[in-house]
Amino acid sequence: MNPYIPVLIVLIFGLTLGAILSALAAFLGPRNPRPEKSDPYECGVPKVTNANEKMSVKFYLTAILFILFDIETIFLYLWAKAFPQLGWFGVIEIMVFMVILVAGYIYVLKRGALEWD
Amino acid sequence: MGLTADEFTIQFIATLIKFAIVAGLLLQIPPLMVWAERRIPAMMQRRKGPNRVGIFKWRIYGLMQSLADTIKLIFKEEVVPEGAQKAFYHLAPVFSVFPAFLIAMAIPYGPDIHAFGTIIPLSVIRVDVGFLFIFAVSSLAVYGITIAGWASNNKYSLLGSLRASAQMISYEIPLGMSLIPPVLIYGSLDLNKIVEAQNHFWKWGVFLSPLSFVLFLIAMFAETNRAPFDLAEAEGELVAGFHTEYTSAKFAAFFLGEYVGMFVLSCLASTMFFGGWQIPFIDVQKLDELTGFIGVSAIFGHVTLMLKATFFMWLYVWVRWTVPRFRYDQLMSLGWKYMIPLGLVNVVLTAVVLAAVRFS
Repeated sequence: MNPYIPVLIVLIFGLTLGAILSALAAFLGPRNPRPEKSDPYECGVPKVTNANEKMSVKFYLTAILFILFDIETIFLYLWAKAFPQLGWFGVIEIMVFMVILVAGYIYVLKRGALEWD
Repeated sequence: MGLTADEFTIQFIATLIKFAIVAGLLLQIPPLMVWAERRIPAMMQRRKGPNRVGIFKWRIYGLMQSLADTIKLIFKEEVVPEGAQKAFYHLAPVFSVFPAFLIAMAIPYGPDIHAFGTIIPLSVIRVDVGFLFIFAVSSLAVYGITIAGWASNNKYSLLGSLRASAQMISYEIPLGMSLIPPVLIYGSLDLNKIVEAQNHFWKWGVFLSPLSFVLFLIAMFAETNRAPFDLAEAEGELVAGFHTEYTSAKFAAFFLGEYVGMFVLSCLASTMFFGGWQIPFIDVQKLDELTGFIGVSAIFGHVTLMLKATFFMWLYVWVRWTVPRFRYDQLMSLGWKYMIPLGLVNVVLTAVVLAAVRFS
């Protein structure tokens, strides 16, 4: 059996379960809307500005750094799998890779990209 | 794999049965955990906790409280905030539920069963690249939180979801790196093969690679947005974080996703570092032959894994009521400045030591 058939079954189940939970309240719950009720919650005070305003650029920076480092982590997995076949060659290769990676990491650190204040 | 039609049928039916069992199990986790999370701190703080709701005259330590809460939640009115992005607002709970379920199905819950002339693996999803699958799917959990916060049109939600997503993606890197040394040591990306390789007490991941375990444990708490890293829903600052505007069953859906996620990471920690379904000093895989009944090994293996996972679930609650919350800059610098370099050093050291031992 193709090992990805169960993945499909679980995926359909998970999506259906989420959709049912999401739709359940619409059928079972009472419904008496009032304008005060649907106001976004701001501790009972009338809301001041719209919520979709500017956010700190730090979050974007974190996301970009994440993509770089995450791809590198996935690469390390494949290397780890091939480690027995590669032998000492693999160790030296990963050292070279790490030196380049750490150089980039130190650059990011020195430029203050990881500072949160 | 050349399977005959009969074998295909057996495998398919087995998959459906396994799936039903695991899904049923997973749906029991949130109510039990909600109950445990009120009873355990009550025990620690010498109060009573929920102890009234039971069945008829039996109170069974208030265990039915969660059931009552669930029914109450489902029958509550749903309030959609004004100015919300409707489609995304309704989609977000779906995205927070299904990734946790997908990963849970990839965990080996017991040793393979040799029955009906074929081998039945005791994990619903058995793919060769088990790890890559788990990391690919676990990244999807971020979407639910990001969408929920952005679509709610609420400042608290937006701030909470920004914090949560930045925190989750930051700690995914140390989480991934902490599992590379075990892969190096056991030489497989298949979770079941890794468990099979931990067949002695001293071959457990926690002894062979203790630093990995520490890194994984910290990243595990941060990934699930739990205390001491629960800045995404810091009550004092953000009301409830990304699900501030969610009510009724959608609110419950977020909790389902969160608790199943915690359970999955607990199972993963037990699988990678505590021998999964292996019992110390007993060869679980031989139990079938010894007793003469097919499935004895599966039951023993499953119960063992559940006990180990229960310990980690308890640890979650214990830590939550023991350690104070981090500040956001402390959290990010812990992740990026300490855990990632440590993870890299851990990988290189493990590789060098392993190469010196194996290839010398």
